[in-house]
Amino acid sequence: MISLDLVFEAIVFGVLVGCFYGALSLGLSISFGLLDVPHIAHAAFLVLAAYMVFLLGTYGFDPLVAGLIIILPFFIFGVLVYRLYYEAFEKRGADAGVRGIAFFFGIAFIVQVFLSMTFGLDQRTATATYIGNSFAIGEMRLPWRLIVALLVAVGATLILKLYLSNTLQGRAIRAVAQDAWALRIVGINPVLTKQWAFGLATAVAAIGGTLLIIVSPVEPSLDRIYIGRTFCVVVLAGLGSVTGALVAGIILGVIESLVLTMFGASWAPAVAYGLLLLVLGIRPQGLFGR
Amino acid sequence: MTEVSKRRFLYGMGLGLGALTVPSHLMAQEAPIKIGTSMALSGPLASGGRQSQLSLQMWAEDVNARGGLLGRKVEIVAYDDQGNPAQSPGIFSKLVDLDKVDLLIAPYGTVPAAAIMPSAKERRLLVIGHIGYQINSKAKHDMWFNNSPWSDAESWVGGYFRLGTQAGVKKVAFLAADQEFSQNILAGAKTLSKSSGFETVYEQSYPPTTVDFSAMIRAIRAAAPDMVFVASYPADSTAIIRAVNEIGVGSSVKLFGGAMVGLQYASVMQTLGSQLNGVVNYHTYAPERTMAFPGIRDFLDRFSKRASGANVETLGYYVAPFAYASAQILERAVTATKSLKHDVLADYLRKHEVSTIVGPIRWGPDGEWANPRVVMVQFRDVKDNDLEQFRQEGKQVIVEPKEFRTGEFVSFQQARKR
Repeated sequence: MISLDLVFEAIVFGVLVGCFYGALSLGLSISFGLLDVPHIAHAAFLVLAAYMVFLLGTYGFDPLVAGLIIILPFFIFGVLVYRLYYEAFEKRGADAGVRGIAFFFGIAFIVQVFLSMTFGLDQRTATATYIGNSFAIGEMRLPWRLIVALLVAVGATLILKLYLSNTLQGRAIRAVAQDAWALRIVGINPVLTKQWAFGLATAVAAIGGTLLIIVSPVEPSLDRIYIGRTFCVVVLAGLGSVTGALVAGIILGVIESLVLTMFGASWAPAVAYGLLLLVLGIRPQGLFGR
Repeated sequence: MTEVSKRRFLYGMGLGLGALTVPSHLMAQEAPIKIGTSMALSGPLASGGRQSQLSLQMWAEDVNARGGLLGRKVEIVAYDDQGNPAQSPGIFSKLVDLDKVDLLIAPYGTVPAAAIMPSAKERRLLVIGHIGYQINSKAKHDMWFNNSPWSDAESWVGGYFRLGTQAGVKKVAFLAADQEFSQNILAGAKTLSKSSGFETVYEQSYPPTTVDFSAMIRAIRAAAPDMVFVASYPADSTAIIRAVNEIGVGSSVKLFGGAMVGLQYASVMQTLGSQLNGVVNYHTYAPERTMAFPGIRDFLDRFSKRASGANVETLGYYVAPFAYASAQILERAVTATKSLKHDVLADYLRKHEVSTIVGPIRWGPDGEWANPRVVMVQFRDVKDNDLEQFRQEGKQVIVEPKEFRTGEFVSFQQARKR
């Protein structure tokens, strides 16, 4: 018989892990959700960012500070990747999506090989006072690394939401996937807008990658674990909904945690992805999609 | 005869006489003896695969520096199988049929190695196993000789359960990855637990995509076991130890660990540091006085220097010396029989003990070690951020088996307080 305390703890841990999932998916909710770019290299970018944080850590930087430092380089990296994708595929027309998948698969593979050759295959971790310690509330002990993930996820989501809703550039990003031609009529270049937005998505992925190495060890092929989860969160949320990604992440995290506690760990992924299918059957546009 | 022709004639005579005085094996450079293998040089098993490749290369250099084998140079022919059982059989066919290798070493790891066994048996090929578990249990190939110091599950984790009995354990919790190797070990561990009279109070198998183990550690704490047996893979092992440190596993636990892959790796040990204290886990080699086999310290010193420049695990205790030993096994058999015929070499290995840097090895009828030697080490007095400490004695104290013991077992909670 499972005690109520254990169920309550499972929900609390589910929320913490879910916020982590949400933070990992934020960048993808822009690149795939808003821009329709088949960015299957997103998880590889997360791992790349995690390794950059590790690298800066060897020079004494705290992981969170290192995460802030890499935001700008990742923004530039994202702009360059999108430009390459646009010139080679998107500009040329109808089958850009299918060929784009091959392009981003190739990018992901290159990132993985680059990391293997540069850092080796051993797992890498970050060190900080909030990694490996916990915060006690009565009998319950909450890992600081997950609390940090929750705070960063909520903060990043709010900032991104405000940016996309209240700035001209943000509104242009939301409009570009819906009607690029209309954007052109009001004097905004849709290609440059998408390029900027993809840079933004990659910068947000840098924040996700920072949390990745704070929460768990990383190794070059770790992207295979997160590629399914991040797409699941974005689709469950509804394409393009940034706050929805955080809520969908929490739903996924809580369900995984409850199923794991009550029925066993092996059932957790099956039930979580089963929920995705169920939601899409009832609401094809996702929970928060329009 | 003109002056020029005379000079040419004398020059030719000189060359001819010179050639007669040179030993025959140097005069006509014989083709090298090729030793073929496939290794996981990429993919999830690549850390061990790359260590193995470097070790084999070091062995080849050592042998060639001594003049080769049977007067011929040796050459390692290795391909990347990515740890994928779909790749290894094709690579072995290529090694035998196209590269015409003389001798074979099995792929690193259980799954890719098991895939080559039906073909090896059918073609009567001698195969030296390399860090694989029960690979020959189904094929029953009589020309298989494993380099790994275990045979069945009892040989692997029996010491852990003996420690449990010694510590007065009554209740046990099991946590295992939902993958073939861990599940095989789990099955053996459950049998041992039953025969030891322990009651199972918690059992959980988790999928390989599990990111956070907090929920499982909470559930274990709630079940209040005396002993926790974990069969995990490297990334999981780190996350589990970290979760234990954060959440706490409960004061009832006297023994924690068992079959956690990864706690033998330099990067993992360095990362976890003091969080490892008290954990008891299997190992193939620890730098303790009872395991100072001839040649191993020298090998590890040299390996460490080479590995640091090649982005390879620098301690190299778990896999690297065994890769070197697998080549030493072949070297010994070839030198003793002066033959490269697989049946002749296999016959020699069946009847003789071979000295290697991982100690003397004699095989049983199934090609596994006749006297398995997996040790249980307990991490003690480990500090944070110090890799060099793991080269010293006393950090991984051998608590089982008796003949290799370098210290008495201390309960999990007590060892963490020290």
